[in-house]
Amino acid sequence: MAALKQEVIALNGDEAVAYAVKQCDVDVVAAYPITPQTIIVERFSEYVANGEVDTAFICVESEHSALTCCLTAAATGARAFTATASAGLALMHEILGVTSGCRAPVVMAIVNRALSAPINIHGDHSDSMAERDMGWIHIYAENSQEAYDSIIQAFRIAEHPEVLLPTLVGLDGFILSHTLENVHVLPDETVKRFVGERKLPLVRNHEGKLVPFKLDPENPITIGPLDLYDYYFEHKRQQEEAMRKAYDIIKEVHEEYAQLSGRRYGNGLVEPYRLEDAEIATVCIGSTAGTVKTVVDELREKGVKAGLLRIRVFRPLPVQDIIKWLSDKKAVAVMDRACSFGGNGGPLFHEIRHALYDLQNRPPVINYIYGLGGRDTPPYLIHHVYQNLQKIVETGRIEQLVNFIGLRE
Amino acid sequence: MAEWKFTAKDFAQIPELFASGHRACAGCGPAIVMRLILKAARGPVIATNSTGCMEVVSTIYPYTAWRIPWIHTAFENVAANAAGIEAALKVLKKKGRLKYEHIDVIAFGGDGGTYDIGLQALSGAAERGHDFLYVLYDNEAYMNTGIQRSGGTPLGAWTTTSPAGKVIPGKTERKKPIADIMVAHEIPYVATASVSEWRDLVLKARKGMEVEGPAFLHVLAPCPRGWRHDTSKTIEIARLAVETCVFPLWEAENGEYKLSPKSKAIALKPELKKPVEEYLKTQGRFKHLFKPENKHLLEEIQKEVDRRWQKLLKQCQIS
Repeated sequence: MAALKQEVIALNGDEAVAYAVKQCDVDVVAAYPITPQTIIVERFSEYVANGEVDTAFICVESEHSALTCCLTAAATGARAFTATASAGLALMHEILGVTSGCRAPVVMAIVNRALSAPINIHGDHSDSMAERDMGWIHIYAENSQEAYDSIIQAFRIAEHPEVLLPTLVGLDGFILSHTLENVHVLPDETVKRFVGERKLPLVRNHEGKLVPFKLDPENPITIGPLDLYDYYFEHKRQQEEAMRKAYDIIKEVHEEYAQLSGRRYGNGLVEPYRLEDAEIATVCIGSTAGTVKTVVDELREKGVKAGLLRIRVFRPLPVQDIIKWLSDKKAVAVMDRACSFGGNGGPLFHEIRHALYDLQNRPPVINYIYGLGGRDTPPYLIHHVYQNLQKIVETGRIEQLVNFIGLRE
Repeated sequence: MAEWKFTAKDFAQIPELFASGHRACAGCGPAIVMRLILKAARGPVIATNSTGCMEVVSTIYPYTAWRIPWIHTAFENVAANAAGIEAALKVLKKKGRLKYEHIDVIAFGGDGGTYDIGLQALSGAAERGHDFLYVLYDNEAYMNTGIQRSGGTPLGAWTTTSPAGKVIPGKTERKKPIADIMVAHEIPYVATASVSEWRDLVLKARKGMEVEGPAFLHVLAPCPRGWRHDTSKTIEIARLAVETCVFPLWEAENGEYKLSPKSKAIALKPELKKPVEEYLKTQGRFKHLFKPENKHLLEEIQKEVDRRWQKLLKQCQIS
């Protein structure tokens, strides 16, 4: 099927997110301003003020309340969205776990920004990586186009009755949030139809009756009860099961969207770039992939068999895809824009190495921590990474497992 | 709005929406609050609780005492819970996806969840003008975690974090005037109530639901475990709090303070006002105040109660 004719408008990453939210028939948006997310709430406020959306916009007094409002709005049967960054996400931390535990399919944009202290407003992944285990689906965009596409997909994924998990879409602070890009946007009606009305699964209430999963006086249910050692564990197990199911649903939603838009990001979970015949590969998340792709092209021209695996979905971790794409490589470097202090490498490194552990012949996997606090990562640094991989292939020796790159040492 | 008129018999026949069988202690004041407030509902209602005794005792999975839709998320955010629900209901109604003309939203918070950790969310929700009733069930300490002092614990009270020691005789700070703080938010309705004056309490709850915008109801609810009194004395002690003017009953509609009948009677006939000792002596948490060396504290507490009472009389324009 040919993709729809689409309007091209100049949007920065934040505006692309706000535009997508506008088209998704969202019932409640609750948000608190924080750099570099602010443009999202500003644009959305304009949509509200100009009557372009039918959304209740709650200008809350904190991020903690922002996510709380979204959670209870979702529990009332509404579609809810919020956006934050850095300290705001850290303040929400408690409610992230409550949102996934209450199975409230909230969608949240994280404009990735460094955590304090020292205070820094620029992009890195330390904020959302710190929320790795809170039961949210994590999708990371490479550019503003993908941020737009991912927000639309996120509602379908989060609200899928088999999933019912909150979903965050990460986009790099400033690098994407404040950089103008030509973004192809789908017609309003197409997005509205794609996202559809929120479907509510049936759940068994305390009287044994099957009722819609929402706060409804006709069919009262209790959400967020005290749940001790006799049931809590089973409920946590259900969240893990939902994550497992999310893997296929993310793929399906991505494919259905690709049919409409003509845009694909790998299989929706990972995006390989010139990886099929590559001997050495890097793995990264977010906007850095754009730079890496340029470097890969340059190396390919020189005959170096370099490739990239971009992790688009970090939770659920696409283990089988990681194995499929990396198992036959001669050396792999994982790029982390976050540090797990004292953890012997960054979070993505740990996960990629863990995914490959069971292979009989696994490639050597090294780690590069880069770009903290928005430090620029120009092509020459990426070249340096590939050079090191070539050296590992030639010598069979890893000099340093965990490396910090692009900083004063 | 017309005042809700009912006999005790009418009231008894209203179905119980807070079911029996919950795990509250014998003599629990807050459980009485939950039951009475829900009986005051005028139609469909959604309730939300902050973390605390009432959340814990009413919902141990797979059981629930709530015969209405109910949600708990965390400790410090019950007003934000209500805000999200209210906003969702409004927009769903606008979009034709709500089958009810109106649903009342009630938030229940304890004193810890209101005076202390939940104050920010409460203030924000009040400022934004969400249409909901916030019920503070005040048992004057963190009882769920084992009797720790809160901003709602009164001067002189023993708690496990304001123990009556050799040097410091219980809580040295006063109770935060939370209801006045809510009046200062210029919300349409604020009132105080006591579990001892049930009719006054349910009338105020109904009014709080009826007004458009935020309403705040501060209910004194004794805790036999934390206050150290016999489980049969809950109502009696709550009544003494009113009769001694430790906890006067009033309401402020659009900022206009007005004494409620029981406290108004005292204002008109000051000899009805009982000495504060009569209230304090009923509870183990004040036992240390009756040692000879702490006599000055009793005087100080009486002075403080009198000061606040005089201030309230002025607010109610009774001189």
